[in-house]
Amino acid sequence: MTITRDSDWTKMFTRRAAVLGGFQATLVATLVGRMYYLQVIQSDRYKMLADDNRINIQLLAPPRGRILDRFGQPLALNKQQFRVLVVPEQALRVGDTLESLAQLIDLGDHERERIKKEVGRKRAFVPITIKENLSWDEMSRVQVNAPDLPGITIDEGLTRFYPHGEDAAHLLGYVSSVDEADLNGDPLLQLPGFRIGKDGVEKVYDLQLRGKGGTSQVEVNAYGRAIRELERKEGEAGSDVVLTIDERLQSFAAKRLGEESASVVVMDVHTGDLLAMVSNPSFDANAFSRGLTSEEWKSLSTNDHKPLINKVLSGQYSPGSTFKTVVTLAALEHAVITPEQTVYCSGSYALGNYIKHCHKVHGSVSMVRAISLSCDCYFYEVARRLGVDKIAVMAKRFGLGQVSGIGLPNEKSGLVPTEAWKKAARGERWSPGDTLNVGIGQGDVLATPIQLATLAARIGNGSVAVKPRLVRPVLSGDKAAAADDALSASFDSLDIPAPNLAILRQGMFDVVNGPPGATTAMAARLRFPKDDLERHEFTVSGKTGTAAVRGLTGAEREAQKRDPESVPWHLRDNAFFICFAPSAAPRYSIAVVVDHALGGGGAFAAPIARDIMEEVLRLDPSRKPRVDDQIAQNGESHI
Amino acid sequence: MSDMGFMSARLRRGDMTAVEKLWQMSWSLIFLLCCIFAFGFAMLLSAANGNLNPWAGPQLARFVVGLGMLAAVAIIDVRLLLRYAYVFYAIVFVLLVVVEVRGFVGGGAQRWIDLGVFQLQPSELMKPAIVLALARYFHGVGMEEIGQPTTLLLPILMILAPVALIIPQPDLGTALLIIVGSGILLFMAGVRIWKFLLLGGLGLAASPVAWGMLHDYQKDRIRTLLDPERDPLGTGYHILQSKIALGSGGLFGKGFMAGTQSHLNFLPERQTDFIFTMLAEEFGMVGGLVLLSLYIVLLIYGYAIAFRCRHQFGRLVAMGITTGFFLYFFINIAMVMGLIPVVGVTLPFISYGGTSLLTLMLCVGLLMNIHVHRDVHMGVRGGFNDF
Repeated sequence: MTITRDSDWTKMFTRRAAVLGGFQATLVATLVGRMYYLQVIQSDRYKMLADDNRINIQLLAPPRGRILDRFGQPLALNKQQFRVLVVPEQALRVGDTLESLAQLIDLGDHERERIKKEVGRKRAFVPITIKENLSWDEMSRVQVNAPDLPGITIDEGLTRFYPHGEDAAHLLGYVSSVDEADLNGDPLLQLPGFRIGKDGVEKVYDLQLRGKGGTSQVEVNAYGRAIRELERKEGEAGSDVVLTIDERLQSFAAKRLGEESASVVVMDVHTGDLLAMVSNPSFDANAFSRGLTSEEWKSLSTNDHKPLINKVLSGQYSPGSTFKTVVTLAALEHAVITPEQTVYCSGSYALGNYIKHCHKVHGSVSMVRAISLSCDCYFYEVARRLGVDKIAVMAKRFGLGQVSGIGLPNEKSGLVPTEAWKKAARGERWSPGDTLNVGIGQGDVLATPIQLATLAARIGNGSVAVKPRLVRPVLSGDKAAAADDALSASFDSLDIPAPNLAILRQGMFDVVNGPPGATTAMAARLRFPKDDLERHEFTVSGKTGTAAVRGLTGAEREAQKRDPESVPWHLRDNAFFICFAPSAAPRYSIAVVVDHALGGGGAFAAPIARDIMEEVLRLDPSRKPRVDDQIAQNGESHI
Repeated sequence: MSDMGFMSARLRRGDMTAVEKLWQMSWSLIFLLCCIFAFGFAMLLSAANGNLNPWAGPQLARFVVGLGMLAAVAIIDVRLLLRYAYVFYAIVFVLLVVVEVRGFVGGGAQRWIDLGVFQLQPSELMKPAIVLALARYFHGVGMEEIGQPTTLLLPILMILAPVALIIPQPDLGTALLIIVGSGILLFMAGVRIWKFLLLGGLGLAASPVAWGMLHDYQKDRIRTLLDPERDPLGTGYHILQSKIALGSGGLFGKGFMAGTQSHLNFLPERQTDFIFTMLAEEFGMVGGLVLLSLYIVLLIYGYAIAFRCRHQFGRLVAMGITTGFFLYFFINIAMVMGLIPVVGVTLPFISYGGTSLLTLMLCVGLLMNIHVHRDVHMGVRGGFNDF
């Protein structure tokens, strides 16, 4: 009985063990199936997820391209800067480390507070910046004492540096941190501390200067700590931009302007190359790159000399007598007067019951004399005969009333008034008196310094519609020369008959050098000293201008005549001088505008232009080897 | 031949000397165990980037101690095991109560008793204890008796009493192991299928009550299983990271000590609950299959020992322990692969942990004991001359 029972039980046990075993086999098969699903079928997906997990792609900022002058002299470059960082987990006690560090470099209480806060907020392995822009001395002191400063590291970075400080600040612009509005999908812009161009060449050529970002793939653990670098792709450094500027001239002109609120433009009359373009006073672009303090900002923005405005492009002035050059050419073209016919100047000019004054009593003046003496009566008469619209057409042919096309931000177009313009803009009819004002470059006529330099260049180069340019292609040797020649040849002619132009240029020659056989006071002032230049018989031709500030009342004008010093600075006349040289075969033109200068164009602007022109001719590169080879020699270094 | 006959007679009587019993041990099973442990040792080395500390070294020491314990348990007379099964169960149960009361009084969730040398975790010991007690209960119960419902009252009580203590600890994994393991033991003892269905139905009906007894984090774990993406940085994060590590291992793995996900700390608990994930990441599916095969061989050993045993007690103990092994590795592997909730069950012989390893070695010791004493004739109460 026992045996039967036992065997029954054994059968049952065996049966149930088989069921259990089968069940377990099924479950194990499930495990194997799941393993196959995860590790074979879905493996690629999980490999990707694993890499997503552990690989952090970091962007590497490319070094920004340099901005060079025409000889390869850097105007904007990247300077190595040193930062001192602390990694809290490597410092035994952050407080002690900072204490020791404070004995080596200057550390304010404010900075210490900030560091303490950051240490509390960030993970222990995240480096925290203690101080930026360390001097070489500070950096070496920290480096030497490194063994006593656990957790302290020195980091090298690049910052934008303008070696010539204020000389070219307006045209170069500056770089600054990225604003919300600048974000356009370029991931570089999201990099902390990344700087982009905010004004001037830095802004206009930002993409070229910026380069392409590199990437660094870093393996991180679950807490975000970087373990090692897996792969590094260096980006493309930004390309250099070569300007037409000659840094020596730029710097010379800036110094020559001194404290004045003034602009200078030096242009190659054939290629339009801007050799100097100075707006004074200036600002230190380096301060913008590092970030202005509120005091610095306040002093810049409240200065009545307006250092933040690029007057060369944004300053619109009544050009005064410099505009008489345009009126002269219009008069000759429309034959309203011959060069020999004279106009009598009695010191005033009456049109109906309208009386306009000349600055002197000139008697009978012919055209050349009228230009050299800048006789207003003559030009009142000529303007009356012409009418404003014919003057306007000529002014526009010489580049007035339109932007120059060099592409820098905030350029103003100036204004060349016409009868239609006045109707449209003011709803008033054009009056004959308005025409008289235009005839001497007053009234509604507005020009910028760069337009005045272009005007002078177009007179100097034989009426070719040269356009100013600020950026040169980088070519070497003969190619550069050929490219310049091709550029010069590509400009349209303004179709001014040679005799007409010759008369204007004779007048402008006389302005500076006096009529044949005579020496004027101005000529004495403007003549180059007896040196190397005179031996080459370099002479300058030019035109002065003195323009009353718009809106000046008659009473104020009278006061100015009696006692110039009594007039407030901002109501004083503006002084102008445009010129080109050498007179016989002009190569360079210059426009000088001095705001609110006592004594007018002849006394104030012309000597500045003379000094600068002397320097221009002294440095004339046609007497030196071609320049672009030097650029090539200066190499690729971005430091 | 006569020697063998002499031997088998003594085997039947169970009066072998200790040395003879050691000789009778299945050394191939010990070798198998060493193979599985070697796998675990390698993984613990890898988890510590090749260092013996903090895991691989101590675990090796425990394994050696465990082997000694295995042998010691294996040579105990099986009839003593039968005789003192209830006593052993009672002692472990009391310890469980002590831990529970002290935890309640102290307000902490300490599940162990510190014995100085190691920490005794009564819930771990309860696993072999309940197998022995149930095997003792069903040893000698006839088929007719099993058919009576009253016969099942005591075993069900024996199962539920410790479970009721363990669930609030809270240790869902151990409670689950005890319920399922004991259930399978009842099944092997011959309890009718419909009774299981009935019990299952009752259990299901009682599940809302049980759900109410669960801690929030336990509820969370179960919810997370149903929808692992629900909380990718909380509980679901572990399962997701485990699947990523495992899946990225591919067919052949990333190589020993080269598992990126485990070494970069994306994988939680890589030396304990999620050690299989690290193994599968570094050795791939091939490595996982090798380990699974070793476990299957272990199961086959368990079945073989159960079948070759001549007494019901031994068969039930062998089956109970074998089932325990199966549940351990199945639940752990299924858990790390996202098939079932994260319940905190370790991978047998592989995961780091003293109590767990020593308990498992004790279980192998019991299995070995049944193997050594397979032919011993035993009476209902484990009497020596109770033929």
